[in-house]
Amino acid sequence: MLDLEPRAEPSRAMTLLSPVFALIFTLLVCVSMFLWLGKDPWQGLELFFVEPLSSPRALAELSLKVVPLLLIGLGLALSFRTNVWNIGAEGQFILGAIGAGGVALLASERTSAWVVLALLLAGTAAGMLWGGLVAWCRDRFNANEILVSLMLVYIAEQLLSYLVHGPWKDPQGFNFPQTITFATPTEIPRLFTGSRANAGMLVAALAVPLVWLYLFRTHGGFRLQLSGLAPHAARYAGFSARRSLWTACLISGGLAGLAGALEVSGPLGQLTTHVPVGYGFAAIIVAFVGRLHPAGVVAASVLMSLLTIGGELCQSRMGLPKSLTAVFQGLLLIALLACDTLIHNRLKLVRTARAPAR
Amino acid sequence: MLRLELTGIRKEYPGVCANDDVSLAVAPGEIHAVLGENGAGKSTLMRIIYGAARPDAGSICWNGNPVTIATPEVARSLGIAMVFQHFSLFETLSVAENIWLGQRGSERLTDLTARIQTASKTYGLELDPERPVHTLSVGERQRVEIVRALLTQPQLLILDEPTSVLTPQAVQKLFATLRDLAKTGCSILYISHKLDEIRQLCTRCTVLRGGRVTGVLDPRGETERTLSRLMIGSEPPAIERATAALGEAALVVARLGVKPNAPFGTELTNLSFTLRAGEILGVAGVSGNGQKELLEALSGENPATHTGAIELLGREVTRCLPAARRQLGLHYVPEERLGRAAAPSLSLAQNTLLTRREPVGRAGWIDRTRLSRLAERVVARFQVKAPSVDAPATSLSGGNLQKFIVGREIDAKPKVLIVAQPTWGVDVGAAAQIRAHLLELKRNGSAVLLVSEDLDELLQVCDSLVVMARGRLSPRVSVGAITLEQIGEWMSGLWPAEAVEAQVA
Repeated sequence: MLDLEPRAEPSRAMTLLSPVFALIFTLLVCVSMFLWLGKDPWQGLELFFVEPLSSPRALAELSLKVVPLLLIGLGLALSFRTNVWNIGAEGQFILGAIGAGGVALLASERTSAWVVLALLLAGTAAGMLWGGLVAWCRDRFNANEILVSLMLVYIAEQLLSYLVHGPWKDPQGFNFPQTITFATPTEIPRLFTGSRANAGMLVAALAVPLVWLYLFRTHGGFRLQLSGLAPHAARYAGFSARRSLWTACLISGGLAGLAGALEVSGPLGQLTTHVPVGYGFAAIIVAFVGRLHPAGVVAASVLMSLLTIGGELCQSRMGLPKSLTAVFQGLLLIALLACDTLIHNRLKLVRTARAPAR
Repeated sequence: MLRLELTGIRKEYPGVCANDDVSLAVAPGEIHAVLGENGAGKSTLMRIIYGAARPDAGSICWNGNPVTIATPEVARSLGIAMVFQHFSLFETLSVAENIWLGQRGSERLTDLTARIQTASKTYGLELDPERPVHTLSVGERQRVEIVRALLTQPQLLILDEPTSVLTPQAVQKLFATLRDLAKTGCSILYISHKLDEIRQLCTRCTVLRGGRVTGVLDPRGETERTLSRLMIGSEPPAIERATAALGEAALVVARLGVKPNAPFGTELTNLSFTLRAGEILGVAGVSGNGQKELLEALSGENPATHTGAIELLGREVTRCLPAARRQLGLHYVPEERLGRAAAPSLSLAQNTLLTRREPVGRAGWIDRTRLSRLAERVVARFQVKAPSVDAPATSLSGGNLQKFIVGREIDAKPKVLIVAQPTWGVDVGAAAQIRAHLLELKRNGSAVLLVSEDLDELLQVCDSLVVMARGRLSPRVSVGAITLEQIGEWMSGLWPAEAVEAQVA
């Protein structure tokens, strides 16, 4: 029988390298899967790791995927460090999109370009509202935040569906469940002409050091992390667990909402039932693969975006199903968790001992 | 023929050699002590004998035959039984049901109940098999564990620090039982670091220090000094006690009541005492009699649940949270070092931030240079052995971490310091140092409340004592005015209610 025995001191280097091992393992499975499907594995790998980086246009497309994953991943990393398991970032992302969409509907072609700022603020606030609901349920009713945050995703989806089927439906939209295409001033400025990369990248790039500073250089961040690392010590120190809970939920909800707002004022330009594409769930993997560290989250969000775009390319070029992306992303997380388990424990062969005769 | 013989046992854990060439010989019917400080390798050796750990080298002979004890089950089938320091009993089940759960085979509960009754009569261990465990005192719970061990008719009984939870009277009772048991031919391995007990009870003693055997002798013919020298390599450092000028009342607790917040927790009723500047007041008592609840109430972790009043330096703080109390000058060293007084994975510097706000600037910015300097000051002043202040708390030994934690609080110049079990699991040198720091704090005019199970420690450093039993506090007596026997009686809750109160006033 195999048994796990905790290691006295898990290697620090290994803990940092664990995502690399997980990636290698994922790639190996990836290659064998291509072979098994009778496809050229090199072509497959090229689609995942070379093509999306090969041209400015491709890089711009990549950035559009990285920005939401990065923003949400940062919030989740902070939340998970606090031991608050908000897994409903997808719902907070949808609410962010709805909040921003609500403001965008009010804008006309003559509105000032500053409306973008209002859009982003509204989205962030809506995301915080959804995250705050999670905190409130846990705080007031001691409801499990994992379940509450997940369930709120479905409510958010229904809310979005109701709005685009009902009050916010485009009157000239041939009854399609979608809003009007928002007025031009609601569009976030693009960084380069002819490229879809937009100022959202700057927002995300700014969020990384801010979250890092908050987590590692302020007393507030210290309090959050302590309540995650050693709740009894936090109680002893007199740090309020409720405050940590609310802070984690509001920040992670707000960042997810901001990501949703950027999506509306960036590539989408309108609300449809297809706003949620799983960024909120993928960002959970981003946070863990990034070791819950802002710098790691940057790398992980790029990696996860590559997997997403690669999956889409495989579909169009090699005729493989798009669910390949989900398979690889899931594999990456499972491989990471397995690596972590083996870094913290060693496998031991246990023989069933027999008692000697008396 | 020897009952048990270990030769050349070696066991290494990553980074430490817990046992190095350890030999141990136990004759039938012998009460054999294994003496050593915390961390000397006693527990590892017992784990090896009980099959919970495998030696890297060395051999074990049982009744003359070489054996491999791979699991505790093998040990039990050989006739080895162990009573652990921490009990594993289900509070909601009765005594008989608890013992029944651990039994193999298909004995009926009624038969087992009868056997328990016979066994407890034979060995003089009073025990009612029908009583639910949560109604038992700690001493009675230990009896359950001992009876459970005896029912297997062991040839070797291992007891791990059995007296740490007992009153002095209960200790004598236990010793009588053990002597009777030894007369029947059962060997007893008695693990302890208390020299007087070993000299009283045991006929043979193996002393361990740093994983090696430093002596095998008959403790009855030795003095505590010689034993101590074998155990720690030097004589126990003497402690100088000086009286300080008594100041104003620093902490006044009046009619404090706390409802238990955990099932089977202790309810505190009507506790009153006054702690004055320049004194050390000890709270004696077997743990589990409400100390935890009292400490929580005083530190302010759950202020919504108490009744009565707590006054700190003339200010009412009954409803204040820990941070507010700390700001007024009340600091607290809890019993659990890792996980409560310190976050295990965080560095010493970061752990300083738990109770110190000096390095935190405006808007919550942490001044990292000031933080490091503060931690370095604590490390230097209290002689904490640590590679650097960036070393995680787990990497320190128990004694050094405790020095750091006590140092962190004393360095804050507390007006009132509450300390719980400050030397529990700490090596002798560090314990002496911590006690000296408490005395120094008192001399400088702070008030200290010391909650401890260690009577020697309390008598050594305290000016007066109160005894805690079943959620109530005894009247207060000065240390010189009470004998060990009296404290023992009080620990069972038997104090003369009004008589002593007059004496105190």
